[in-house]
Amino acid sequence: MTIATVDFVPTELARGRGGGGPAPTRTVVAYGFWIFLLSDFVLFSGLFAAYAVLSDNTAGGPTGAELFNLRSVFIETMCLLFSSYACGLGALSAERRRLGHFYISAVFTFGLGAAFLCIEISEFAGMVSKGDGPSRSAFLSAFFTLVGTHGAHVTAGLIWFIYMVAQVAAKGFRPHVLRRHLCFSLFWHALDIVWVGVFTLVYLMGAR
Amino acid sequence: MLGRLSWAAIPLDQPLPLYAMGVVGIVILVVLGIVTVKGWWPYLWREWITSVDHKRIGVMYVILGLVMLLRGYSDAIMMRTQQAIAVGDAQGYLPPDHYDQIFSAHGTIMIFFVAMPLVIGLMNFVVPLQLGVRDVAFPTLNSVSFWLTATGSLLINVSLVIGSFSRASWWGYPPLSELAFSPDEGVDYYLWSLQISGIGTLLTGVNFVTTILKLRAPGMLYFRMPVFCWTALAANMLIVAAFPVLTATFAMLLLDRYLGMHFFTNEAGGNQMMYANLFWAWGHPEVYILVLPAFGVFSEVAATFSGKGLFSYRSMVWATLGICILSFMVWLHHFFTMGAGADVNSVFGIMSSIIAVPTGAKVFNWLFTVFRGRIVFTTPILFLIGFMITFVLGGLTGVLLAVPPVDFVLHNSAFLVAHFHHVIIGGVVFGALAGINYWFPKAFGFTLDEGWGKASFWCWLIGFYLAFMPLYVLGLMGMTRRLQHISDPSWQPLLLVAEAGAIVIFLGILCQIVQLYVSIRTRESRRDLTGDPWNARTLEWATSSPPPAYNFAVLPSVETIDAFWEMKRKGLAAAEPAYQAIEMPRNSPIGIVIAFFAFFVGFSLIWQIWWIAILGLLAIAITILVFGWSEDREREIPASQIARMERARLGLGRPA
Repeated sequence: MTIATVDFVPTELARGRGGGGPAPTRTVVAYGFWIFLLSDFVLFSGLFAAYAVLSDNTAGGPTGAELFNLRSVFIETMCLLFSSYACGLGALSAERRRLGHFYISAVFTFGLGAAFLCIEISEFAGMVSKGDGPSRSAFLSAFFTLVGTHGAHVTAGLIWFIYMVAQVAAKGFRPHVLRRHLCFSLFWHALDIVWVGVFTLVYLMGAR
Repeated sequence: MLGRLSWAAIPLDQPLPLYAMGVVGIVILVVLGIVTVKGWWPYLWREWITSVDHKRIGVMYVILGLVMLLRGYSDAIMMRTQQAIAVGDAQGYLPPDHYDQIFSAHGTIMIFFVAMPLVIGLMNFVVPLQLGVRDVAFPTLNSVSFWLTATGSLLINVSLVIGSFSRASWWGYPPLSELAFSPDEGVDYYLWSLQISGIGTLLTGVNFVTTILKLRAPGMLYFRMPVFCWTALAANMLIVAAFPVLTATFAMLLLDRYLGMHFFTNEAGGNQMMYANLFWAWGHPEVYILVLPAFGVFSEVAATFSGKGLFSYRSMVWATLGICILSFMVWLHHFFTMGAGADVNSVFGIMSSIIAVPTGAKVFNWLFTVFRGRIVFTTPILFLIGFMITFVLGGLTGVLLAVPPVDFVLHNSAFLVAHFHHVIIGGVVFGALAGINYWFPKAFGFTLDEGWGKASFWCWLIGFYLAFMPLYVLGLMGMTRRLQHISDPSWQPLLLVAEAGAIVIFLGILCQIVQLYVSIRTRESRRDLTGDPWNARTLEWATSSPPPAYNFAVLPSVETIDAFWEMKRKGLAAAEPAYQAIEMPRNSPIGIVIAFFAFFVGFSLIWQIWWIAILGLLAIAITILVFGWSEDREREIPASQIARMERARLGLGRPA
């Protein structure tokens, strides 16, 4: 969701204890988006908690050790992390107004993100086709919900990213486009942080 | 084509819902008819429905809360009447199925669609004014929040007419709320209306945390903010930290119900107690989301009507933040009987008692603020006094319940019902009513009638004690909550007293309606031309009543706590400032448009009409994408116009 803000009367930067009057729009937007991301982390923490509680409740079904293929999960993880790296390079080229570099990094951001998603979908599809879908056991319910919610975020992020690149193409690096791109970058990096938790808690600890 | 929806969903065989539906339908038609005949639609659309002005949105929140209060109260009086008459051989007039829906709806509506809109409405209206700025951080998002909340409350009311509501109480505990035991649409109404309004609340939390931390008038350091802003900050931080847990929990229950998963089911390894833990990990902070802003209102009221600064401002702030953190460490006291063991129960029992410490500090601060003050006995300060007595008593029964062995005896008894109504009515409702009486002149430019306001206060206070003191006794006598039928006739006299109390509370509500009517009729004689009818201390009173769209022509410069008091003490600005053009956000229909589609998404998911749900979601996505493309969202108010408006307000005549 993109966000409208008011540009208040020009003031000096709010700093220190915040006595300098309203902060500039760029600060407000990025800060507000960070708060939103914090709330998203809380949402994930609820799902993580549920997974931790239910991860042993396999109800006679398969365990994580039987299901997870750490090799493909490692490749998946690398895709997401390098997608994030490319996104960071894109942010730098946007700051320097280098359109060509921005597009190159955009291709990698999107491509690697999409690759991540494809690997995840094929993992899910493989499990479901063997009868180990989310309704098999409480463990699998929690697994599909946690990992799937992250995947849904990545999907939404990819759609948002296409839209973002289209805005850059149509309007160039205007202040409001840059602000929105900043929010997207924060979002994309935040998904990495969540994924590090998923990779550790679900896959590394679950595959033992 | 229409999923589970059919003509059978409309309860043609039950007269009571049909009458209710008929009356509500006629009222809505009459209101819409009047609006249409009088040609008010363009005005409503322009000035209210698409408005992104925090003051307008705040007023709409409060109106929503008050309207839903009537609905929630109707549920309450129906339950009280049923319990008063269905004793022994008598079965009363509400069959169990209907009664179960009523107590579920009562709790859900009172918490989510009465208390929440009231406190969020007050925060919306007051916080930017008190901070000395022109709007919240994200005004359009604010409008989206409001309309999503309104959609949730519309959806929950639709269950009155089409289908039935949940019978699983306002907690929706599994396994009762699982598909196996609640196969119809009732629980889905509950879940989807709360998911939709929950998104709105979360966005409000994000918006207000950002506003308070990043947008304040020059010189408004943290420790110069009015206490109401502090409590609003604490409440919104709690919203950001707690509401996603509720969203996640409800999402899990929905996945159980819709996709056959096993989070909370009896079979395949589900865990019901995880729901209780997750629900109350949100639920206890929610209590403080509601009551902290009420504390803020009382802090403002105490200082203003005593003619003194708030006693020990800093300890008030630290107490607020302490409660904010402690509120996350006590959730288990909602289910001591789960069997977590003596050690776990002890920890949570002690933590729950500790919350009484910062709360007690606050009570002393209010007392010392009022002590030896020049008290002006207005309606808000009567609510303050009623609150201090009532809330302390309610808090004491809470400390009692925090002792695990006592809780084992009183768990889920009428004693518990009495306790939480004690703190929520005595705290949140009294706070909201005090706030409405206090800030009404700021919002509408004329004061409310004091006589009817005081009458309503006394009815609320006396009615409250009549209605809930008997429940403490009944709880000790062994009466459990949610009884559709009373088997012990010795309980009946006390239940009749409680019924009488509920009727006295209704008189209080009637007095408020009359108060509003009388005040509007006599508004010309009660105009507030100064903008400061109470001789108050904080910045919202430094501008006109009602404030212009931009709140302050020139952002005030803050040098102390109680900034406006200091300005009055030093004498208001002598020279006319140089006005500058102001950029304000344009109106936006995106809130109502998203809410419109969200209603269809929620309704069709409840009835499993998948194609409408998919279309609705697509429509929401497209709306966001179209809105996200636009950039021309501000309009500029030229300096000359501001100068004209300000001069008119200050009585300076035409600009030179």
